[in-house]
Amino acid sequence: MPPAKAGFSNHAGNNLTKARINRETFMHRRHLLAASALTLGVAAAGAALADDPLQIGFIYIGPVGDHGWTFTHDKARLDVEEHFGDRVTTTYVENVAYGADAERVMTQMALSGVEMIFATSFGYGPDVNAVAQRFPDVAFEHATGYIQEAPNVSLYNARFYEGRAVIGHIAGKMTETNTIGYIASFPIPEVVMGINSAFLHAREVNPDVQFRVVWVYSWYDPAQEAAAAEALIEQGADILMQHTDSTAPVTVAQDRGIYAFGQASDMTSFAPESHLTAILDEWGPYYIERVQAKLDGEWEAGDVWHGIDDGMVGFAPFNDAIPEDVRAEAEDMIERISSGEYHPFTGPINRQDGTPWLEDGETAPDGDLLGMDFYVEGMTGSVPN
Amino acid sequence: MLRLEKRPQPSAAWGWATPVLAVALTMVAGGILFAALGKDPFAAIKMIFWDPLFNPQFASYSRPQLLVKAGPLILIAVGLAIGFRAGIWNIGAEGQYIIGALCGAAVALAFFPSPGWYIFPLMVLAGAFGGWAWAMIPAILKTRFNTNEILVSLLLVYVAEKILAAMATGRMRNPDGAGFPGSRNIAQYPAASNPELIANSGMHWGVVTAFIAVIFAYILLHKHILGYQVQLAGQAPRAARFAGVAPARLVVLCLGLSGALAGLAGLFEVAGPARMISIDFNVGYGFTAIIVAFLGRLHPVGIVLAGLLMALTYIGGELAQFMLGLPSASIQVFQGMLLFFLLAFDVLSNYRIRFARAEAA
Repeated sequence: MPPAKAGFSNHAGNNLTKARINRETFMHRRHLLAASALTLGVAAAGAALADDPLQIGFIYIGPVGDHGWTFTHDKARLDVEEHFGDRVTTTYVENVAYGADAERVMTQMALSGVEMIFATSFGYGPDVNAVAQRFPDVAFEHATGYIQEAPNVSLYNARFYEGRAVIGHIAGKMTETNTIGYIASFPIPEVVMGINSAFLHAREVNPDVQFRVVWVYSWYDPAQEAAAAEALIEQGADILMQHTDSTAPVTVAQDRGIYAFGQASDMTSFAPESHLTAILDEWGPYYIERVQAKLDGEWEAGDVWHGIDDGMVGFAPFNDAIPEDVRAEAEDMIERISSGEYHPFTGPINRQDGTPWLEDGETAPDGDLLGMDFYVEGMTGSVPN
Repeated sequence: MLRLEKRPQPSAAWGWATPVLAVALTMVAGGILFAALGKDPFAAIKMIFWDPLFNPQFASYSRPQLLVKAGPLILIAVGLAIGFRAGIWNIGAEGQYIIGALCGAAVALAFFPSPGWYIFPLMVLAGAFGGWAWAMIPAILKTRFNTNEILVSLLLVYVAEKILAAMATGRMRNPDGAGFPGSRNIAQYPAASNPELIANSGMHWGVVTAFIAVIFAYILLHKHILGYQVQLAGQAPRAARFAGVAPARLVVLCLGLSGALAGLAGLFEVAGPARMISIDFNVGYGFTAIIVAFLGRLHPVGIVLAGLLMALTYIGGELAQFMLGLPSASIQVFQGMLLFFLLAFDVLSNYRIRFARAEAA
């Protein structure tokens, strides 16, 4: 194992261990708190629990109408409302910036009686932890974060690379120009991991396929995403993938008569002919599970990374343009990933520079994936830094 | 028949009355908007203007937060107002804010984790310098090549945003951050942090600096020859030239000053409330400050009041969102109405309304 990578995975490893140790101390403290709460006033608490609905707050980084990231979280919020009915009330604030704004919104939510807060963007990490320390009785659920400095902060994330493997396979089979265009947001492990996963599975079925990546340095910028899509088509791409949240790329694909994959939610209605499928962010099942735990008084901080298997990563209906055999292969791959039989990063895999990363049959440790800052062998271009 | 007649002098009385009237009419029009959205308009208006100040549940927390939110707005707006009075339009304070924060953060990250009393003062200097330097680009282009400072300063905001993203994912990325974008938590680095000076007061060095800047701007504009030159250049550029005001010098001075103040605002924010450099570090203070400057009649004391009012609509607007379920767009419309009514009522301070019988032509 070359030293550079060892360093990276160690960092991740340390963090994970630290988190685990912290959580054990926290659990200890939780018991103490619970014990003192018991002596203080069980009757009052019991009465309050029975009558009042659980108040749940959500903070979003974007507008609920983005048809991407925030849209899917708000859809899950509505799932929670529908599932629990009168037993919960939900409330949300859109377009909340990281830092002082997020801290203030969450503090005011907690002051208003909200008992559970879902903070749905990774940049809220320091804010979530600061507020959590001041409100130990409020349960915090933080999406895609990595900081746990309080016993009441839970982390959750989705294995989107599993979905990228499937669309990589479909793209590798269907491209005629052997050029896939990829609209990337920021050069961070989550995005690099997605590119690698899609590329590996396209290459597997099509040794001539090339990926062209455009970095737009934004999560949501319809104009830039559209410009990137046009540029990629000019460079010969006949299938587009995106790791940005707007519907602009699929719309361009529809106009230009090529194929594209949607992001986060089903974007078929924006590109009926071109939209092959989309990787769906399905937060609903997890939110319902966590709210249930809170209602039952059994909520505890956790740290999960769920995939297709747990229902956090899904697929929009496959377009009829996908040939029957490709569709069957894709469905088979979904099945094998879901059952745990197949891991999208299974060796032998080399880095772009030819040095080995995974041995034959070895699967990627989570720490490696969460710190991924390199392309795999065969990718052209380089990860900007 | 209504007729507008230009006043020889803008009316002082109307100058004070229009902001009050604008706020009142915003409440009425906003109330209609909220009612159309199916919400109780009185509850919504009360939630925005009253609850952050006096609700027993929130107020003790919200009141100091007004200072946190208003601090950078006031600091930036004061600088902009001086330029605006001289007819020098720095629209790119947002970019200067970003570059100031980046320079200040760079100093902090370079010294991490060593202690030392000199680190924070150095960061302050670096922040002011960064904002000043970024504002010098439109200043020099204007004085040398006569480019339009509105366009250049505005477009440089987008350049600054890309540099910010590159820094957050590259050079300034936290090496212990598991690969996530964003720098180290500067607020947790004692020698570099800009903490709350008195617990639960909302006061941090940025707020203090904002008030000092207000006092200096007042003296500059009302007691100093430079203030006179600024006024003159804005109201009568030709007369100013005859009076010996060098336009190029004034452009460099006004843009430099507003840039430095915006840079300072960025620095205090990144080391305090925002805690770190992140991809989305800038949240529009530089643009909102333009509204604050005009709402405050380009007057330092007016800007303090306008900044606090703007902060109130933000904080109250958030409350209205999660307490009443108002969409954030409706709050933005509400804030926009405020500026709209203010500008519309400006007619009354510059013109007199005459009622006259329609005359046969």
